[in-house]
Amino acid sequence: MCSICGCGEHDTLEHDDHHHDHPHDRAPLHAHAAGMPATRMVQIEQDIMAKNQRYADANRRFFASQNLFVVNLVSSPGSGKTSLLVKTVEALKSEMRVAVIEGDQQTGLDAARIQATGVPAWQINTGKGCHLDAHAVGHAMEHLPEIQNGVLFIENVGNLVCPAGFDLGEAHKVVVLSTTEGEDKPLKYPDMFHAADLMILNKSDLLAYVDFSVAKAEAYAQQVHPGITSFTLSARSGDGLEAWYGWLRAGVARVTMQR
Amino acid sequence: MHELALCEGLVQSLEDQAMSKGFAKIFAVWLEIGALATVEPDAMTFNFEIVARGTVAEDARLEIIPVAGEAWCMNCSTSVPITRRGDGCPTCGSYQLQVLDGEQMRIKQIEVA
Repeated sequence: MCSICGCGEHDTLEHDDHHHDHPHDRAPLHAHAAGMPATRMVQIEQDIMAKNQRYADANRRFFASQNLFVVNLVSSPGSGKTSLLVKTVEALKSEMRVAVIEGDQQTGLDAARIQATGVPAWQINTGKGCHLDAHAVGHAMEHLPEIQNGVLFIENVGNLVCPAGFDLGEAHKVVVLSTTEGEDKPLKYPDMFHAADLMILNKSDLLAYVDFSVAKAEAYAQQVHPGITSFTLSARSGDGLEAWYGWLRAGVARVTMQR
Repeated sequence: MHELALCEGLVQSLEDQAMSKGFAKIFAVWLEIGALATVEPDAMTFNFEIVARGTVAEDARLEIIPVAGEAWCMNCSTSVPITRRGDGCPTCGSYQLQVLDGEQMRIKQIEVA
């Protein structure tokens, strides 16, 4: 069973036919027996994501103080996030400060791939967890050298569901969708495509061999997130990367000019 | 998604409230959950029961107050109901919608002693 989602042993998503046998009609949980203290109502009005949000707000203030443009990369596993990052940090490291936080359930393989380019990287292993949270990202910053006036990439755990709900303090979520996946993913995972401000369609070099329609993927993304920006590129061949670099340069320019 | 993590946050908030407002037991919790929030109410109820064990909220009843989704349709210049993300305007079919309500996951009130 997933420690975060609680999915697995009891599949909460398949409740329609109620095959499992625990009763859903509950007995009254507090009988007002004589001598029991009277209960009272307390108004709370608090978001249940408040704790993560407090950490995310603190991260955002810290990033602003360092003039860091922070991008939270999200996708399903295997979309090519790390390959795209390796290519990107190679291209940009001579013109701006770059650092990377990697999130995976296990291994330090991705951080090692980034470190091989000479750019500082820190790996967060979530264990059984399915997403990064703002608290873990705050602590990861303690392990990175101080960097200013540049870009911090946070590569989230490969998962199109849970990371959508967790603000890490980033400027933007960027969702990566590859041409070897279904073009209908924006409709199947609308929360993520709604949360992201930029969609990258990766592996464009394979378009000739797969039945992926860029036009349809873009139309579906517009349906769940009107106005979302989209770039089609190939981290492998390098096609289309300039538009992505331009978007990053503009973001870094914005945060450094605000000072 | 991640309802267990959300329930852990929820129960921690309840424990904090118990500490600051000085009550010993929570009998019921009312949660407002929007139709467009990234949370499954059934999974919240299931996980809440587990996470609340051994806390001030043990055996508390979780009441979910559903909030309907509502969006502003740029085309019709009016607010329209939506049931999920990716739905078009029920009147004109346009996807140029700005969500107005239905994204919340809030603790509204609790019954305590």
